[in-house]
Amino acid sequence: MRSILPILTVLTAIVALWYGAAVMLNKQWTYDQAARAGVTVTFSQVLADTMTQERPVLPAPHQVAKGLWDGFAGQKITSKKSLVLHSWITFSATMAGFALGTLAGIVLAVGIVHSRAMDMSVMPWAIASQTIPILAIAPMVIVVLASLGIKGLIPKAIIAAYLSFFPVLVGMVKGLRAPDGMQLDLLRTYNASGSQAFWKLRLPSSMPYLFASLKVGVAAALVGTIVAELPAGASQGLGARLLSGSYYGQTIQIWSALFAAAILAAVLVLIVGVIERVVLKRMGMAK
Amino acid sequence: MKDDVKAPVIFAKDLNLVFETNDGPVQALKDVNLSIERGDFVSFIGPSGCGKTTFLRCIAALEHPTSGTLKVNSIPPDEARKARSYGYVFQAAGLYPWRTIAGNVKLPLEIMGYSKAEQEERVRKVLSLVDLEGFAKKFPWQLSGGMQQRASIARALAFDADILLMDEPFGALDEIVRDRLNEELLKLWARTGKTIGFVTHSIPEAVYLSTKIVVMSPRPGRITDVIESTLPKERPLDIRDSEEFLKIAHRVREGLRAGHAYD
Repeated sequence: MRSILPILTVLTAIVALWYGAAVMLNKQWTYDQAARAGVTVTFSQVLADTMTQERPVLPAPHQVAKGLWDGFAGQKITSKKSLVLHSWITFSATMAGFALGTLAGIVLAVGIVHSRAMDMSVMPWAIASQTIPILAIAPMVIVVLASLGIKGLIPKAIIAAYLSFFPVLVGMVKGLRAPDGMQLDLLRTYNASGSQAFWKLRLPSSMPYLFASLKVGVAAALVGTIVAELPAGASQGLGARLLSGSYYGQTIQIWSALFAAAILAAVLVLIVGVIERVVLKRMGMAK
Repeated sequence: MKDDVKAPVIFAKDLNLVFETNDGPVQALKDVNLSIERGDFVSFIGPSGCGKTTFLRCIAALEHPTSGTLKVNSIPPDEARKARSYGYVFQAAGLYPWRTIAGNVKLPLEIMGYSKAEQEERVRKVLSLVDLEGFAKKFPWQLSGGMQQRASIARALAFDADILLMDEPFGALDEIVRDRLNEELLKLWARTGKTIGFVTHSIPEAVYLSTKIVVMSPRPGRITDVIESTLPKERPLDIRDSEEFLKIAHRVREGLRAGHAYD
């Protein structure tokens, strides 16, 4: 509870800074409007106006909060304006991609650790894959898959997987190689087989590494999904909401969607964290 | 062949081992000749780099000699390893943090395919052998360093290997704990009748524990003296103040000094 005060202090500072920035960025429009109408405005009028513009350069915090509230609670969840709907669409594709990416990362890591040939051949490609901007590759994946008749969740999930497999791969390679020479020697004195060494030593040793990379991976999967929703011309999903907001200059809508994405990311990372705590505790690895 | 009581448990003749390193070849073992009889407690003592651990690892088939003959239970070490004829205790306990103490002791039994009931029975037996009955369900981090090392000894005893190889098992522990564990180890040895190979760099530890002390020296790693202990099998801790004990310790010290004479 003692940590609540510093947290609130920082939060207040951020909100105050944000209000300040909103005033600075939005006042020009107020002055322009006043000049066009041939009236002069007082400072307090400017202040009030910058807080309530319909399309501000930077929406004020309470405007975003209201946008979020309207989006989550003020609509029927089947409505096109419902952030619950859009979040769900994005969430489902993220989860599918995350599952796919995690599976791919683990399978590749197992291969890399057990085969020198794979270590030499797969790892450079995995690294190269991450140097390509996702914005460049996402439209191509969407277009190619659409021409094959695959639309909707799967192309988005593939792009999410493309981003999220990498941290899992790197973490698992590190984790599966975590046992030191002594631990491997011990198994040799028992004449243990390779698969016994894997299931009894390498896999359990890699768990803390796996969870650390899953946290990065789940956030990456969300980014991948949102990016995939931009060029898809999708009408649903947080990415689509961002895009339509920017088409029509609806800054409040953009910021609300951004915050919805941030909240979703935070929740996802939190869930992975909780699973991590439970699993490591049951394994006796968390004190 | 195991029934041949007369044959030495460990037999080394003209054993050489050369490591190829970036700085050229290093002679880790040179012309090592040694035979260890059933039921012996043999200590290997010497400064670091003398090859004592390397020799123990050769017996365990974790290293492979470059030339010479080495037999464990009258068969090559690799076959002896596959026959699971020894238990090995490392300097660090190396318990799996995700397994309880009982789970750790069970590890070799699971790998070797013992039945569930047999596993439980053996875990109970060896944990009582090392005085850890009450700690079966604890995780390693809940135990002190000395207790962890005792658990790792239990793990090495859990299956029916008649050889116990120990590589500085108490090296990382403080002297008080080490004294107690030494005493317990002697009792354990008397009760189980195993053949023990024990690497140490402590002279009192070597003299207190062993029936045979192998003094080694470095560059190249070789045996400079083999001392048959004249101490009785029954050894209370205060035997270390006896004249007999000091005489043997003195001879070990002389052997160690002789090995260093030229550098």
